[in-house]
This record gives sequence, structure tokens and C-alpha cells, in this order.
Amino acid sequence: MQTAQAMKPDERAPAGSITSDAASMMLTLSVAGQLCAVPVLSVRDVLGVQTITRIPLAPREVAGSLNLRGRIVTAVDLRCRLGLPPREAGQVAMSVVVEVGGELYSLLADQVGEVLTLNAEERSPNPQTLDASWKEFSLGVHRQGDQLLVLLDVDQLMALGA
Amino acid sequence: MDDLLADFLTETNEGLASLDAALLQLERNPANGAVLSEVFRTVHTIKGTCGFLGLPRLEGVAHAAENVLGLWRDGSLPVTPAGITLILSAADRFKQIVAGLEATGNEPAGDDGPLKAALDAAASGEVAPAEAVADAALPFAETAMPEIQADTTVTGGNAPQTIRVAVDVLEELMVLVSELVLTRNQLMQLARAEENAAFAVPLQRLSQITSDLQDGVMKTRMQPIGNAWAKLPRLVRDLSNDLGKRIELEMRGADTELDRQVMELIKDPLTHMVRNSADHGLETPEQRRAAGKKETGRILLNAFHEGGHIVLQIGDDGRGLNTDRIKAKVVAQGLATEAELATMSERDIQRFIFRAGFSTAAEVTSVSGRGVGMDVVKTNIERIGGTVDLTSREHKGTTFSIKIPLTLAIAAALIVEAGGERFAIPQAGVLELVRVGGGDGPKVERIKNSAVLRLRGQLLPLVPLKHVLQLEQAPSQHESEGFVVVTQVAGQLFGIVVDRVFDTEEIVVKPVAPILRHITMFSGNTILGDGSVIMILDPNGIARASGLGLEGTTDGGTMEEATTTTRRGERNTALLLFRAGAGAPKAVPLGLVARLENLDAARIERTGDSLVVQYRGTLMPLVPLDSYMTLPETGFQSVLVFGDGDRAMGLMVEEILDVVDTVLEMDSAGLRPGFLGSCVVDGKVTDLLDTSYWLKQGQADWFEPSGLTGAKPRVLVAEDSEFFRNLIVPAIMAAGYDVTTVNNGREALRLRDAGERYDIIISDINMPELDGFGLARAVRDGGAWAELPMIALSSASSPSDVERGRAAGFSDYIAKFDRDALLGSLQHCLQPMLAR
Repeated sequence: MQTAQAMKPDERAPAGSITSDAASMMLTLSVAGQLCAVPVLSVRDVLGVQTITRIPLAPREVAGSLNLRGRIVTAVDLRCRLGLPPREAGQVAMSVVVEVGGELYSLLADQVGEVLTLNAEERSPNPQTLDASWKEFSLGVHRQGDQLLVLLDVDQLMALGA
Repeated sequence: MDDLLADFLTETNEGLASLDAALLQLERNPANGAVLSEVFRTVHTIKGTCGFLGLPRLEGVAHAAENVLGLWRDGSLPVTPAGITLILSAADRFKQIVAGLEATGNEPAGDDGPLKAALDAAASGEVAPAEAVADAALPFAETAMPEIQADTTVTGGNAPQTIRVAVDVLEELMVLVSELVLTRNQLMQLARAEENAAFAVPLQRLSQITSDLQDGVMKTRMQPIGNAWAKLPRLVRDLSNDLGKRIELEMRGADTELDRQVMELIKDPLTHMVRNSADHGLETPEQRRAAGKKETGRILLNAFHEGGHIVLQIGDDGRGLNTDRIKAKVVAQGLATEAELATMSERDIQRFIFRAGFSTAAEVTSVSGRGVGMDVVKTNIERIGGTVDLTSREHKGTTFSIKIPLTLAIAAALIVEAGGERFAIPQAGVLELVRVGGGDGPKVERIKNSAVLRLRGQLLPLVPLKHVLQLEQAPSQHESEGFVVVTQVAGQLFGIVVDRVFDTEEIVVKPVAPILRHITMFSGNTILGDGSVIMILDPNGIARASGLGLEGTTDGGTMEEATTTTRRGERNTALLLFRAGAGAPKAVPLGLVARLENLDAARIERTGDSLVVQYRGTLMPLVPLDSYMTLPETGFQSVLVFGDGDRAMGLMVEEILDVVDTVLEMDSAGLRPGFLGSCVVDGKVTDLLDTSYWLKQGQADWFEPSGLTGAKPRVLVAEDSEFFRNLIVPAIMAAGYDVTTVNNGREALRLRDAGERYDIIISDINMPELDGFGLARAVRDGGAWAELPMIALSSASSPSDVERGRAAGFSDYIAKFDRDALLGSLQHCLQPMLAR
């Protein structure tokens, strides 16, 4: 547990102040065709299709909970959280397991891409016209070839419920 | 080495390990109040604990450091780098002394004068001379060596039966075992599909060992709470010496098992609270004598399981909280305005003591009183998902209740299914399972929209799980088959309707993710043997969500709304509403009705002027509530059945309307025979039935005993409200007792002094002149009645009320309207006498 405690300051540091190499590495994922990324340091696991137990009365965004090697992980559907249309029938979701405040959460994305090093200097702030529901979760935008990549604020994504 | 000292060293080392880092963080950002509070608490804890262990050096430095930190925290002194350096030197000094303690078991010699002087100077706002904090340690290493050797030779001959293992290691083991179980299950699955299973036998063995291993690892985490209490008697003894008070410590439920990790987390809060009780709660012997109490104050620790929670109570019979003083302090500290306070209940005001920096102690002592304590307690308990609450009465004492959910504990749970999903219900709260529907068994019945079950003469409110969890797309009316899980929460019985029941499983309860904590229906989640995740239901939350009148619960959330009304008559009562004849709807307390029947009209017979029906092997008289009511020729007749066994009586009504939970406010205007008066239910005037009147109508000899032969037991009922007398007395008389009623405790005592003899006393709690507690104490104090069994009857029946009742001398404590419980208790209490 010593190591976990030692890492905490890093996790808490706002993504804007990323300095080390590891901290600027991002895992890309796509949600309803939109390219997004989360810091690799917060990712604990990437899983394929999982059995997810539905949780009655939970917020709409919570898809349920799943068992990751004996730990219970709460799954949050990114499509729902980001105000995108639900996944079509038959389309499966990938789980990106992240750790926030000592708890494990699974972000349900359509596809998981690769690990990239994104330079903080190249990041552009959120465009003024960005949808309000996205502004809340976006730390900034990167150009990635002919695509735009939205850097997601994992802490903010998990700021659900009471 | 002393256990106490060893524990202290472990704790202090942990605290010190984080102290440096926290101080450096504070130096970077002096405005960080959270870090400052943490530093303050660490130092405060060290000071507080070593005071009792007799470690004057450590205590002295900690006290001086705490003074500076306290000023920083209050904002009266700025946090400066020089100040941080000073505190860091104090931390270094702690480490030196602790290292010496570890080596020799005694504080090493040394002079802390300059350091303390520097700290005191800083506290008074002066700049500290740098050289004052120079190292004052004396070498202790040489002296330490022989001591250690001596120690090992002593313990060598008597090998310890226990070893200390880091909780992390156990936690890690637990995770590994869970994984092992899952892998085992997958293997078993594969083996089943395999025809030629040469590995079947070894696999079976592996499976068995895995299960044993799982049990074993789980057991390593459980400990009786008594272990956490072990230090307290000494603590209390030392406190009583220090404070010049006489204190008696009573501990109950020491064998209640608790997860080790939870126990570690509540140990400190517990110590704080006992210390608080001794210091603030209890008075000095002189004050106690003046107040007419025993000189020796009492601190009671109680632990028990309740509805899948572990409840810990720390109570004292001291001065209680002074609400006025809290108010003054709240206003002085700007936590609330006078106007806001005026709208708050006494309880809410008392809860201010859980705020950070709040202390009503007039002076700062070395024991407590710096406003650190109750907020630490609350923070620590909430960190593990628990709640802390208090009840306090001035001059009577204060009781804190800590309720810890099963969080990490292991529990037996019933696995059920509703709406296609599986859930676990902690077995601690489950009384029985009833299969409903399907054949001749009991059926779920509906009174308008409320489902009820008739179970052994009692009407049990039902909560369909699918409804409360909103698992149904369209509400279906035909829950023909299913199971009712009969559950008890804070004295109230209710049934949870589920579709299927699987089996029971030992589960490891894990807290739900923070984003789901607001759902009060769940107390946690768990992983079953087959690897699936399921939610654990919280019967308390379900009861609350379904609006069952559970004022008695000590749960944080609802308490605020529910506590404002405690006066009798303002409490919610479940009323059965029905229609009979013209005019207003009629009502009767649900608890008085034994059963509801829909009788086939063809079965009703006429004997002379009266109507009877063959009912459960005897003839039951039927009385129409409205004399003009016409009996249906065919079809069904709704009947409320009163009484039980051989002495049943049916009241014919036209239609049963609903069951409502309402505040009973009686108005006796327009009084007529058969009715006690009227009250307003759902905005409509409703007539309340006088049960005793109608019972007499049914059978002239209703109040004559049937079953009992010989002398009737004599019962004295003390109850000031005529309304309640009318409800209770008929039920007792019907059961064959001779009843005398009085208006209050004073009248009861007059009968005692007049030489009247009774076999048992039933008393209300809230009465004018002399209340139930007073009566109980007076009776127990001596005289002819000192040995009589006494039953308290009250609308407040939370565990704390029951506790108070028992303390006053009552043999039993029954909720009003619980007819069966009252009769059962009467019989139980009188058993020795009836046997003669």
C-alpha cells in the first residue's frame, strides 16, 4: 500500500501540470465515433466484454457493476455520460478500468485504441462552441492526424450521484 | 512490553510517518486547513494517549506543540516557515523518544526545556531562537542492547500464540482467495462437461481445500469487539484518578464479532468517546450528590448486531448536553444565527458537537476540550460508511450510538430474486420465510394499493421488492406466487415480497462505490461464489423508502425529519379505513384488528336476533356496524375480526378502503356510542371506532374470562389518555385478566399505599404528575410492589427507549397497539404465578 499512497499526489495533480513522460501518456478510446483519451496513469486494466450486473435505482449513466479479479468495479457508460445516443443492439462495449479516489470504475467505450504521448503544449483549450455537456468533461483538445482528440477529465466523469 | 505501550508505539509510529510529509505540505501551502487539522489531530492523539501511559517527556513536548498548532488552526497565529521548523523539531523529538521507548520500554532521559520554551515562545508570538531546538538526545543505543536480549529470553520460553500481521497482507490474501474461488468454479464447470474426468477426484479435493482456505482467511479478519475494549478499563481507572471522579465502566456484548479492519478504525473514536464521557459527561462526586445521584458515575458500552448493522453505544448517566450552552457557542462561532437556531430541534442543536473545532468544555484540560474529538470521531466513522448519533437529556446523561454497516464484515445472506435480478438480504434481519400463493397457503391480499399478509392473526405490511427497486416496466397485479421475507427493523415487522429464494451464502460485504452511496436501499455489494456481483439490500432503507412508520430507528437520514414529534398522539399510527353506513368513513387502529375476512354470505346464520358464522371451529358472533345495514343474500361480506382463539367477534362493514399511516389527533366533538371521536385522515373527517363498545355488543360476557380458571390475575393499568385506555383495556380483559385503571403514576402509588395487591403493572410512559419511568423507580425502590413485574407501554420503542425502560425497572417494553406482544408479555411475566 506504500506505493499506492506514494502515487496519490500524482493522481490528484491537475492534468494541466503534467511534467513526467508517463504522465503525458494517454490511452485513446472512441465513443460513438468521437476520439477521446484518458491518462494512462489512471488506467488499471482494459477488458473485453464483461458480465455486468444491473443496479436498480442507480443514476442512468451507471451501467452496473462487474467483477475484476475479486474487486467490484462500477461501470459507467461513456455514451450516456457524454450525452451520446445509446449503443445499438449487438454492439459490444470495451471496459477501461480506471482508479479514482481509491475506487475502481469501468468506462464503457466502443473501442479502445493505442497509447500515445501527448504533449501538453500542443493542447488547445476547449473551443468556445463545444457542447456544454462536453465542456464539463474535457480538459482540452489535441489534433491527431485528421481527427480531433478530446482529453477526458476522469475525476469529473465520476462526479456522479450525491 | 506492555500491550498498551506496544499499541501506542505502533499507532504513534504510523502517525509520525505521515507527520513530516504533512508538515512540508503545510509549509508549501499554509492555507491548507485540512492538512493543518490532520497535523493537529496527530499531535493531539499523541499527547492524549501518552498522558495515560505516564510518558511525561512526550506529553510535555506534544502539549507545547499542540498549543502552537491550535493557534494556527484558529487563525490567530500565521503559519511561518520558522514555525514549521519548530514543529518539525518537535516531531524529531517524538521520534527520538519513541525509538528509546521501543528499545527500553522507558522514556530515554533528556532535556526538552529549550524546545518547549521555543514552542511556548512561538505560541506567544515571539520568534524562536534557532539554537533552542538543537538536539537534546542522549545516546540510548548502548543501554538498549541488554534489555532487548533480556526480553527475548523471557518470551522465548513461552512462545506467543498470536502474531501481528499487517491488515494489508490479510486484504491481499482475501483478494487472492476470491480469485482462487473463481478459478476453481471455472474448473468445476469444465470438469462437468468432460466425460473422462481423471482429474475429477483431485479437483474435488482442490475445491474442498479452497473452501476451507476461504473460511480460514475470512476468520482471520474477525475479532470480538472486546479486544478493542481491553484498554478501556485502565483508561477509565486512570481518568477517574486524574479527574477526581468515581467512574464505573460496564461493558456488554463484548463477544460481538467485528471485522478487524473496522475495529481498528473505530478504536480511536471509541477511546475518544469514553474519554469524553468521563471528562465532560460525568460530574464530580460532589455535583452528583447535590443532584441526588449516586456518587459513582456509570459509563456503559454496549455492542450488538441490528438489522445487518453493528451498533455500538457509549452512554453515561452524567449531566447530559446543555443545549443553551451549545446554542451560545454556535452563535459565538458563527456556525448559525439565533434565528436559524430557533427553528432547529433540540437534537439538531446537539448535533453541533460533531462540528470541527467545537467544544463546550469551559476549560482546556489535558484530557480533552480542545474541540478535537467529536469531529474526528464523526470523520473516522463516516469514512467506513457508518453513522454516529446521540441522544441526550440534561441531568440524565448522554448516549452515543455508532452504527456501522456490515462494510467489511462477513455475513450470512439470503439470495433472492426479484424482477429477474438477484439480491442478497442479510440474514440477521430475516425472521422467517413464507411462501405465498400456490395452493392453500397464505395469500397476498390487497387493501386498495397496499399489500398485506395475514400471518398467525397479524396483518403484516408487505413491500414488493420489484416496486421499491423499480424493476417493473408495467405494474402487474398478479403476483400470484412468490415468497415473503419477514423482516424486523427497530421493532417493526414487515415483509419483503420476492419472486424466488435461492439459498443462503456467506458473503464478504464490500461497500458500494461512492457514486452509488445515495441509494439507501443497499448496504453494500458482494461477489457470489459463481463470480457474479450482486447488491446487498438494507432492510432499514427499504422500510424507510416504503414509508413504514419507523420513527424508532436511529438512522441518520430520516432522523432529522422524524424526531420533531415525540409527544404522544402525534406519532403515526396505522389506521384501517372502512365504510359502514352513512356519514364519514370509519377507522380503527390496524394493530387491534386480528384479521380481515371476506365471508361468503351464505355461511352467515341467524340465531334469534343475532348473526353468527362458523369460524375456525367455533361460532363467531357478527355485529353489523350500522344497524340499517342490509345483509347481502349472495356474494361476500367484509368482516373485521377482533379477539382470538375461542373469543373471536366479527364486525360487519360495507367496504374496506385503505390502510394509512397517520398522525392521530382526536377530536371528541359529536361523540356517540361506539365511537371514540373523530380525526382527520387524508383531509377527510373519519370516525374512530370504540373497540370495547363493539366487543360488548358481540358478546355480553366478553369481559368474562374463558380459558383461565380460579382467581383472575389482577392487572393495574396506568394510562392517562382515555382513548388509549379504551384501546388497551378491552384486549387485556378479553384475555381473562382483572383490570384496574388509574390515570397516572401518582394514583398508582396511592393504591399501593392503600394496601391494594396486584399481580402485574402495565404503565404508559408519558403521564402527568408521575410518569412511567418515575413510577417504575418508585415501585422498585421498595414497598409491597417492589417485586411486581412491570410492562412499559409506549409509542416510542426504539432500542434506546427500551434501554431506558429497563434501566428504570420495567420488565418489558411494548409498543402501543401491539396487542399480541402485550398479551404475550403479560402471559410471560405472569407465568411463575399461573404455574402455582
